[in-house]
Amino acid sequence: MGTRRDFLKGFLASGAAATAGVVASPVLARETRQRPPEGLGLLYDATLCVGCKACVAACKQANNNPAEFSTTDHLWDTPLDTSGYTFNIIKMYRNGTMDVKDQETNGYAFMKTSCMHCADPSCVSACPVSAMTKDPVTGVVGYNADKCIGCRYCVAACPFGIPKYQYDSPTGRIGKCELCRHRYKDGHYSACAEVCPTGATLYGKTSDLLVEAKRRIALKPGVPAKFPRGKLGGPDQSYETPAGKYLQHVYGEKEYGGTQVLKLSGVSFAKVGMPDLPPDAAAAMSETIQHALYGNLIMPFAVLGAMTYVAKRNVKPDDESSDKEGS
Amino acid sequence: MANNQHAAPAPVGGSLVNAVTLSCGVLIALMVAVLAVRFLFGLGAVTGLNDGYPWGIWVVVDVMIGSAFACGGFSVAMLVYIFNKGEYHPLVRPALLASLFGYTLAGAGVIFDLGRWWNVWNMFWPGSINLNSVMFEVAVCISLYIVVMWIEFSPTFLEQMGRHDTKKKLNKAMFFIIALGTVLPMMHQSSLGTLLVVMGVQIHPLWNTPLQPALYLLTAITMGYAVVLFESCVASSAYRRKIEMSLLTPMSKVMLGFLAVYLVVRVGDVVVRGALPKAFVPSIEALMFWLETACFIAPLILIGAETNRRNPAKLVLAGILLMLGGALLRLNGFLIGYETGDGFTYFPTLAEILVTAGMFAIEVLGYIIITRRFPVLPREDVQAAH
Amino acid sequence: MGTTNEIFETDRTTLQDIERRLEMPRREFLQFCATLAVTMGLPAGAEAAVAKAIEAAKRPSVIWLHFQECTGCTESLLRAEHPTLEKLILDVISLDYHETLMAAAGYQAEAARKDAMKANKGKYVLVVEGAIPTKQNGIYCKIGGHTAIDLLKECAADAAAVIAIGSCASWGGMPSTISPLSDSSPTGSSGVAEVLGKPVVTIPGCPPNPYNFLATVVHFLTFGKLPEVDKLGRPKFAYSRLIHENCERRAHFDAGRFAMEFGDAGHRQGYCLYKLGCKGPETYANCSTLGFGDAGENNWPVGCGHPCIGCSEKGVGFQKPIHQVARMLNVAPPQQYPRIVEEQGKAATFASAAAVAAVAGAAAGAAIMLTRNLGLSHAAEEAERAKDAGKPADKAQV
Repeated sequence: MGTRRDFLKGFLASGAAATAGVVASPVLARETRQRPPEGLGLLYDATLCVGCKACVAACKQANNNPAEFSTTDHLWDTPLDTSGYTFNIIKMYRNGTMDVKDQETNGYAFMKTSCMHCADPSCVSACPVSAMTKDPVTGVVGYNADKCIGCRYCVAACPFGIPKYQYDSPTGRIGKCELCRHRYKDGHYSACAEVCPTGATLYGKTSDLLVEAKRRIALKPGVPAKFPRGKLGGPDQSYETPAGKYLQHVYGEKEYGGTQVLKLSGVSFAKVGMPDLPPDAAAAMSETIQHALYGNLIMPFAVLGAMTYVAKRNVKPDDESSDKEGS
Repeated sequence: MANNQHAAPAPVGGSLVNAVTLSCGVLIALMVAVLAVRFLFGLGAVTGLNDGYPWGIWVVVDVMIGSAFACGGFSVAMLVYIFNKGEYHPLVRPALLASLFGYTLAGAGVIFDLGRWWNVWNMFWPGSINLNSVMFEVAVCISLYIVVMWIEFSPTFLEQMGRHDTKKKLNKAMFFIIALGTVLPMMHQSSLGTLLVVMGVQIHPLWNTPLQPALYLLTAITMGYAVVLFESCVASSAYRRKIEMSLLTPMSKVMLGFLAVYLVVRVGDVVVRGALPKAFVPSIEALMFWLETACFIAPLILIGAETNRRNPAKLVLAGILLMLGGALLRLNGFLIGYETGDGFTYFPTLAEILVTAGMFAIEVLGYIIITRRFPVLPREDVQAAH
Repeated sequence: MGTTNEIFETDRTTLQDIERRLEMPRREFLQFCATLAVTMGLPAGAEAAVAKAIEAAKRPSVIWLHFQECTGCTESLLRAEHPTLEKLILDVISLDYHETLMAAAGYQAEAARKDAMKANKGKYVLVVEGAIPTKQNGIYCKIGGHTAIDLLKECAADAAAVIAIGSCASWGGMPSTISPLSDSSPTGSSGVAEVLGKPVVTIPGCPPNPYNFLATVVHFLTFGKLPEVDKLGRPKFAYSRLIHENCERRAHFDAGRFAMEFGDAGHRQGYCLYKLGCKGPETYANCSTLGFGDAGENNWPVGCGHPCIGCSEKGVGFQKPIHQVARMLNVAPPQQYPRIVEEQGKAATFASAAAVAAVAGAAAGAAIMLTRNLGLSHAAEEAERAKDAGKPADKAQV
């Protein structure tokens, strides 16, 4: 019979092939990607934000999105979170008596929620049909509804919970901030930054924004300093105001390999809904595993070869013969 | 070779109209009604999905768990053709049939869940595909495997239709199809686990590991054998046939082998990553972790001894527990242990449950129709004489 | 810069002529020109052009027709507080036919209209006040034996411009109100554009703000063409924004502070009137910025504490009940904030939880039954085998 020997052979063949792939994996490990040098982004400074929500209204208008209601009277656009129809929202942290702005206890603070435009976005790695893409120059994470199959893997993958799906529609799309890339050709930039009255949302190259962010957290709280508005490097709209009490942390500088949208806050980021993320992107790990196993299809073909070899020998006495022989 | 001594498969025969098939019909009708609403008014109209839980039971139960349950064909084919354990040959066709249904329906179920299903061709369009995407690998691999399985199973239909020439030609290439049929499930069953990796910190530490592909592959194989145990016992019980204990008892030993390997990897991984303390924090996740782990450990105790493996009751119980354990691993990873942020709630709606129930009803109905009309199960008289 | 100087460079005698003609001091005249220029949203310096145009004393002939109306539009023009406005109506333009204001009557009046039309063929401005009944060939409104339809068509044929003043002439207004029990208005009242079958400039409102009308006329005088209009023929300078957008009570709306009934605490504190049926959110007009009657700030319905009734908006004014809440055309965020974490998603319903429980129960039940049956048959088999072997059955096997 030789069954045991064959069993071992089969086991060894497949095992060897599998090992070959796994051993090769460290060589193929994909590093977390960095921001493109000319990457565009936003700097949101919670200490400057006055909660006017001009950015929320402007975003709706710029993206031609309908109002969403969460009150019994359908009077205001009152989304509670970003959604398939709301790409930007100002949320409020509240604690105790809410006396002092940007204070953790008995204080309150604002936080902008919109796409972070990661250097190494999970949504782009996850999307099976390249409907989610990262522009190699601007670094904007864009969405193409014509390719999207609506699997919502991007929704599941994003650690910030940004791509959102329009569940109420039979032809629902994914909705997310694309940094107003459709407005660039008319000389416009991100609508939220364009309308922000205090420069709490500032548009520009992320490398410049990071320098600006570092300058701000180094400022002495309460001492007047200059703050630009609108577009960094655009026409000067700066004004002077006392500097806020910043946490010494530029959110997005290192998280998941860095994001192109940066945030400053006076209240700990965990409390205002920003997840605590490691410096390595999950996309890098996922793609490392994926390419270790399937890079150039070496592993699958090796295993297939081994299996075919074994099967070719074992299948010989096929059903046909057993058919005719009966019992 | 061992194969030659086995009974040739034959149709079971009998009426197709009975209580079971009728209830299946009702469930399928309800499913069609729910799906009509879903396609006309969107996913939100029937499901409890939201952006915190973009994947509900249609993905996790119908596709992830459904396809893992459908690994019987792959597990048995591997045993028979790769490890050359020809004596298990009678188990191949019924197992393959269950797999065929499981996978075909998982494929169809994906369409119900796709928000923009008319764009699905992009999945195979060279200009669109994303080779970095785990989902792409899963989708292409499952699609290919469904085709491969239909080819693998086609001799059954060819026999019934009397097309022996075609069958003969097909059989010449069968070894390659069988090899493909073992490689493809290995690829996508492991990738179903890799799907979790990109979700990163959103996955609870107890299920968040780069070893996902190994865990999912090992459980898929184990579940494959468990399903064969279960399915053989149910078929024997329902059709009042003799249980193939002579095959199931040794096969369960193979199953326990895979199970042991899995448990070593699983427990080792949790310990090495330092996630074990999380299992002792009073939380729903910890409870589910222990439930899942118990389902995997219990069969070792239950049928660890050779005498117990001869008892069909204990065998089927072990099979059920393993199926449950594998299902829980997937449910826990993708739903219970998944959290994109506070505040989100998901529970399947009645409509969602009806669709899932309808999918299983199609499987049962299809299995009954095909086994009664096509040569799948071993011929009973021969079997009895065995 | 140059344009401002032009005003002062204007020939002194010319200005004196105007003073005499308009019985208006030079300073007041220039103020008046500036007011109109601002109403039209013209750039700084445009008042010079306006002044020039009025000075030039071209005095275009104006024929003013009255149909189904209350003369409220005319009254509102006459009551305008601005100095000697009535003089302007009579002197800036040459009002050759106006049933309310003209001295002539009967055949004499009709002759004046015919003469003016002949003398200024293709150059006169036709102003229409009131709706035109169209049912039964328009027999519901006749002047000098002619129906309103015929008169309108006759006068419009050779007019340089047609202006429909008031909601009635613009789209039918109050006479065109359709009862809920019917599908048309009693006399089939229609607007000017509808009867003529071509777009005309409309100045809707009941009554409209006189400055919107004056500014339109003066625009025509100054630039030789009518101002830019929207798709309903309304001058954009006056009707491009919702009342709600520039309302002085908007802050209360955004903060969610509403008057709930007339005279309540909120109403007395000047809260938003939306819940009393204010139609500001669906009515396009500049009432909230211009006010009425030159009586200072807040002198308009909402300013006085009454909700806007949407008098200028077709389908709103006279059609929707006054206290029915308006449809929001332009929804913006309010002064309230979502929390960092908001509860989202549907929890288990009784039906879904019951279904899960039923499925789990059925599966568990079936598994138990299956296991028990298999166990029993196995025990029986073992017993038989044991009997064959002459040994007692191992009951523990069950």
